[in-house]
Amino acid sequence: MTVPGVAERLTSLVGALRAHGMRIGTGETVDAAQAVAVLGLADRELLREGLAATLLHGTVQRQVFDPVFDLYFPRGVGAPETEHADRDDLRDRLAAALAAGDVVLMGQLAAEAVDGFGGYGASPGSEGWSSYQTLDRLRPQTLFARVRENVRARNGSSGFADRLLDDEIRRRIETFRRQVGVEARRRIAERRDRDELARRAVATTPDRVDFLYAGKLQLAELRRTVQPLARKLATRLAARRRRASRGSIDLRRTLRGSLSTGGVPMKPVLRRRRPVRPELVLLCDVSGSVSGFSDFTMLLVQALHDQFSKVRVFAFVNRLDEVTRLLEHGSADPEGLGARIRAEATLTGWHGSSDYGVALGEFAERYADAVGPRTTVFVLGDARTNMSDPNLAAVRQVAERARRVYWLNPEPRAQWGTGDSAAPEYAELVEMYECRNARQLGALIARLLPV
Amino acid sequence: MLFTSVDDVSARLAATGYLASPAVATTVFLADRLGKPLLVEGPAGVGKTELAKAVAEVAGARLVRLQCYEGVDESRALYEWNHAKQLLRISAGRDETWDETRTDIFSEEFLLTRPLLTAIRGNDPKVLLIDETDKADVEVEGLLLEVLSDFQVTVPELGTITATRRPFVVLTSNASRELSEALRRRCLFLHIGFPEEELERRIVRLKVPALDEALAGSVVRVVGALRAMDLRKVPSVAETIDWARTLLALGADSLDETVVRDSLGVLLKHQDDVLKAAAKLDLDAV
Repeated sequence: MTVPGVAERLTSLVGALRAHGMRIGTGETVDAAQAVAVLGLADRELLREGLAATLLHGTVQRQVFDPVFDLYFPRGVGAPETEHADRDDLRDRLAAALAAGDVVLMGQLAAEAVDGFGGYGASPGSEGWSSYQTLDRLRPQTLFARVRENVRARNGSSGFADRLLDDEIRRRIETFRRQVGVEARRRIAERRDRDELARRAVATTPDRVDFLYAGKLQLAELRRTVQPLARKLATRLAARRRRASRGSIDLRRTLRGSLSTGGVPMKPVLRRRRPVRPELVLLCDVSGSVSGFSDFTMLLVQALHDQFSKVRVFAFVNRLDEVTRLLEHGSADPEGLGARIRAEATLTGWHGSSDYGVALGEFAERYADAVGPRTTVFVLGDARTNMSDPNLAAVRQVAERARRVYWLNPEPRAQWGTGDSAAPEYAELVEMYECRNARQLGALIARLLPV
Repeated sequence: MLFTSVDDVSARLAATGYLASPAVATTVFLADRLGKPLLVEGPAGVGKTELAKAVAEVAGARLVRLQCYEGVDESRALYEWNHAKQLLRISAGRDETWDETRTDIFSEEFLLTRPLLTAIRGNDPKVLLIDETDKADVEVEGLLLEVLSDFQVTVPELGTITATRRPFVVLTSNASRELSEALRRRCLFLHIGFPEEELERRIVRLKVPALDEALAGSVVRVVGALRAMDLRKVPSVAETIDWARTLLALGADSLDETVVRDSLGVLLKHQDDVLKAAAKLDLDAV
């Protein structure tokens, strides 16, 4: 290592990544240091790729790595070396850069913008830097029409691809907003504790976001992980099903296998069992705060539908209704799913807050035939009954008829039983698991689903 | 050492017809310098396997390929004794003592080397491609660990065989199963995503040189717009090239509604996706 302090900076970068739940060993850190030695510090983008290659183990980690890298290996130090620009001039230049799609130039303008308009405090920048304030004053989204004119004037009409222009410009403006965010964080990091900032200000990977606190954007991002997660789970379930073969020997296949060992049967081959596809019933609380969790789980189960002979999905708030048809394959539009369920199914009676007792009672009464000895029932919800009767008898009744009943609770275990939560009472009757994020859900489904 | 610098990697890969993004070039360079295997992940059709082939061509090395599938085992991946030949040998030498026969039938002559063993034997340069690693069972990963960390294989009857010349190793995965941490730790990780617009335009121009430059630009823009949509299967680079070839075959010199509508099936493989994309691109009913 030729430059002093690089080793220390590298180890604190690794520390920050570990704080986000990445498992990076000393071996990888040494590899990263070797990569730095081989690549040198001259080109920042090469360094970024080199460190990513040595430290990361998966694709989702990249979106945490990039902002953390920007904090520890910043593009520059201090304010950009340009004259203090006025707002109109900056907007003109930004419009030109957006029209040209020049990402590098946009980055420089982002730095100027934060320097010029992002500082707050007694004198600009004495307290900190805000990307929100920068964007609020600069209003890049209002440049849209100008950029479009600009591009049209420059290229002329290029026929069909023209109709894509609007979306392309929107994406470029979005890129600029992100660049402003990165720049503001860099400036803040110069006056505050970098390690602290890397832990707090960088969003974690989507599969670790708490369902209960996920914002709209994060939920949208989560929904995009449904398909890959479902594919992974399906592979795992199929493997488990294959391995579950045991019992009598398959003579024909054993003899065929013995040919390579000169007719001596070294490895007995077991007869495969016909896979039994289980039935699945989902009871989902779709009221307010837990709806993000229920929607995600419904989509996941729907994506796994070919693993089961039958899937039925019921949604409830304080009344219960079947929503299986709303999830039919292909027709399910993930974004509008929650709204459609609430619009088309009868979920509430006289009031709008959830009532587990009444809803579970209604299920046991009206849909008793949905549960049989081959059925596994999943209840999704926080078990907060708003002080009404939890109706344990209904749960007991369902549990007796079904093969298994599991309850997935999106609240942290420590909060079970606090306030109006009836979680401990239910947990005595059925197996209840904490399921706070997509990672936990994936692990639970792989473990609990019957094969 | 195969390469002298990152730019050298880009230039030489480009000469074989593989246009590498800076991320790809940097990681290949590091894999060469640090002597570590390269684990490549990414959606289907972005050129993961092609990368290994291109590196082999650049290095003038032999490409040894292990295609993983469910149930691939030691005898398919590592080595196997040629039982039939051993039986012949035993019955041919009837008047020998057992000791003579035994030492003879477990010699190199009766060893069938499979890709992993092939890759670490001999002195010529080799590129080992372990394709679709995620399709193999978990037990095979254990097998890979010894090979990938120490570049050696233990055959009980022959002893440990260590590589005299380390092969350049590329593992590819579609992430249909999570590979074990132990395996990931031994590798450099590279995610190849969809290329930037500029790079993809160059790829299309390289693979379909007869296509008009302006049309190539439009093709890449449409594909970029499709990738931004929420589709079940977004088009990959391979599909972009297919589409460019289709347009060439159709004799189209610019994109218009009819051409796009008729050839959308080349890009999108699900009917839902075709309908959705048609609606978003304002095409008339398909």
